[in-house]
Amino acid sequence: MPQNEYIERHRKLYGRRLDYEERKRKREARAPKKRAEKARKLRGIKAKIFNKERRNEKIQMKKKIQAHEEKKVKKTEEQPTDGALPVYLLDRDVQSRAKVLSNMIKQKRKEKAGKWEVPIPKVKAQGDSEVFKVLRTGKSRRKAWKRMVTKVTFVGEGFTRKPPKFERFIRPMALRFNKAHVTHPELKATFCVPIIGVKKNPSSPMYTSLGVITKGTVIEVNISELGLVTQAGKVVWGKYAQVTNNPENDGCINAILIV
Amino acid sequence: MEDAAMDVDSNKTVLCRFMSEAGEAIGNLLDLPLNITRDKLQLICNALLQQEENMPYIFLVKEREITASLENALDKDTLNTEEVIDIIYQQQAVFRVRPVTRCTSSMPGHAEAVISVRFSPNGKLLASGSGDTTVRMWDITTQTPHVTCTGHRHWVLCIAWAPDSSRLASACKHGHIIIWDAESGKQVGRTLSGHKQWVTSLSWEPYHRNPDCRYLASSSKDGDIRIWDTVLGQTVRILTGHTKSVTCVVWGGAGLIYSASQDRTIKVWRAEDGVMCRTLEGHAHWVNTLAVNCDYVLRIGPFDPIINPHGVTKDKAALQRDAEQSYKNVVKEDGERLISGSDDFTLFLWSPEKEKKAVARMTGHQQLINSVQFSPDARYAASASFDKSVKLWDGKTGKFIATFRGHVQAVYMVGWSPDSRLLVSGSADSTLKVWSMKTHRLELDLPGHADEVYAVDWAPDGMRVASGGKDKVLRLWQH
Repeated sequence: MPQNEYIERHRKLYGRRLDYEERKRKREARAPKKRAEKARKLRGIKAKIFNKERRNEKIQMKKKIQAHEEKKVKKTEEQPTDGALPVYLLDRDVQSRAKVLSNMIKQKRKEKAGKWEVPIPKVKAQGDSEVFKVLRTGKSRRKAWKRMVTKVTFVGEGFTRKPPKFERFIRPMALRFNKAHVTHPELKATFCVPIIGVKKNPSSPMYTSLGVITKGTVIEVNISELGLVTQAGKVVWGKYAQVTNNPENDGCINAILIV
Repeated sequence: MEDAAMDVDSNKTVLCRFMSEAGEAIGNLLDLPLNITRDKLQLICNALLQQEENMPYIFLVKEREITASLENALDKDTLNTEEVIDIIYQQQAVFRVRPVTRCTSSMPGHAEAVISVRFSPNGKLLASGSGDTTVRMWDITTQTPHVTCTGHRHWVLCIAWAPDSSRLASACKHGHIIIWDAESGKQVGRTLSGHKQWVTSLSWEPYHRNPDCRYLASSSKDGDIRIWDTVLGQTVRILTGHTKSVTCVVWGGAGLIYSASQDRTIKVWRAEDGVMCRTLEGHAHWVNTLAVNCDYVLRIGPFDPIINPHGVTKDKAALQRDAEQSYKNVVKEDGERLISGSDDFTLFLWSPEKEKKAVARMTGHQQLINSVQFSPDARYAASASFDKSVKLWDGKTGKFIATFRGHVQAVYMVGWSPDSRLLVSGSADSTLKVWSMKTHRLELDLPGHADEVYAVDWAPDGMRVASGGKDKVLRLWQH
């Protein structure tokens, strides 16, 4: 056993070796390589212990670095943004909602005239030959008065079929839709809402009555879940929207709300 | 005999006795005809009590109000003509507030949503805090802007008038509190900063405890409550103990501070030394709002709308006595009562001065409760909930009285008229609705706002209602 702190005493009296600093630097520079070599060579339980220790070391190191970085960063004051909320709504996630700001009277007037400012003003007309497919009937298939609609249709809930013998138009079940993806232009948000009816298909009034939905068709949708409210504090539920895609090609109806 | 009792005809009489709310009988037994009307009862009652002026009363028989005549309020099937009927009389406010019916002015000016609206206790000024970081004061008589106070750097979340109406405190989302002079709109003293997150509510020391209006309590999202000395601009005391955001702080008239928090507790602190007296537990979710039965008298301080509406021609000591008198009138029967509304859809009624057990638990709402208010006479309490309804409760027992339905979206706030006969509610459906306590029905619908109504306040003198909301406009409503 060593008696007294003779190493320290020696150092105090005579100082360290002259190349001490350099040797230390080199040893430290070599340390990662040494450690890597050790890590490579260790096997079994020793490797496990070593890796665990090393991992903890690394975690501590990272934490230290992070703490220093945080100290350096100057805290910038948060700037006020739009959409101020009262205290009682700050801790709740409130989705932003735009109210119907357009005047109801103006809207009524527009409705009467049957004119809307629509997102797609020019719509390609759909010809009869494109929309309907002639079905041949009769025992020898020589009658050709039955038509099948080849576009997407909306069929109201209260619809009852005529007897098949007298049914002139067939609207295939596979092409019937009752929901549309409606985008609110101000909110920039899209909702999947039920369709109430087809207001106008610009190609032909017959399509409107049949409920054919093509690109540019104005449909009425039920937006009660959007939570829009009129100025008088009533819930708005029916609103018009224009179809922006070709539903028969896409398999879904996309529309923009007409505000 | 039984048949005779069943067959009540108009000239039948019953033995009656008048009782006060506290249960003291006045006068002797009276033989009153069954078809006696409310007005006649009022005359008799006034005569018995030897009132000089004709005071308005409401009369209750077995908790049913007599609206037309005694006959209607009595259940004829179970009526026993040989029993003495106790008629309980409750005095109502002498003055009568007329329901607001129209929008007298819409005052634009704010560049962002109006978050808080408050009339000054003397009813001369109106202050509004907004998301455009300013506080604006409005002259009510001319309905024009008075001053604009700029100083905050984030949304002004809450404002509170000092009970002497000379100053206004406002707090922003950075957690800074600024005191403003009501007349000049200049900042008084320095900015009170210390809260680490936004301030959720402000409450001044009641006038009858300190007529200098020096101390202010503020609660913050960071879970602390701070008591400020507004003259020195320093924190006097920090009340720590809540583990989550403190949602509401109320400085009660008995020298206690009540605080509600999202950690599901309500804590009662002694104001002088900051000691926590008790913790009221019972809610199962965030506690959102608190109301004390003396809220109205603490708010108006010495400015009683009948006796002394503008607080003039008196020295501070006399005013303090007035305020103390009106405070004692309210709490004389069962002390301070506290109602808390929570995210667990229930309300609790507490008597926080005495015990930590709840007096009553009030259930019925189907969504969280956002705001609760005691009526100025402390007989009722109204709660606004996100389930689109406002419910009316008995302020003494916590019994359910009525539900007001009509709003189509969440109700954010309610406000009482000073005579406790009307209630106004503001909602996300952009309307205000006025409800009558007499009929328990909708009195008036006030559309006009273009978007959600965030704040509504009935003036202490009852003349006007102010409301502000997301459409950036402040609206004044009047009869």
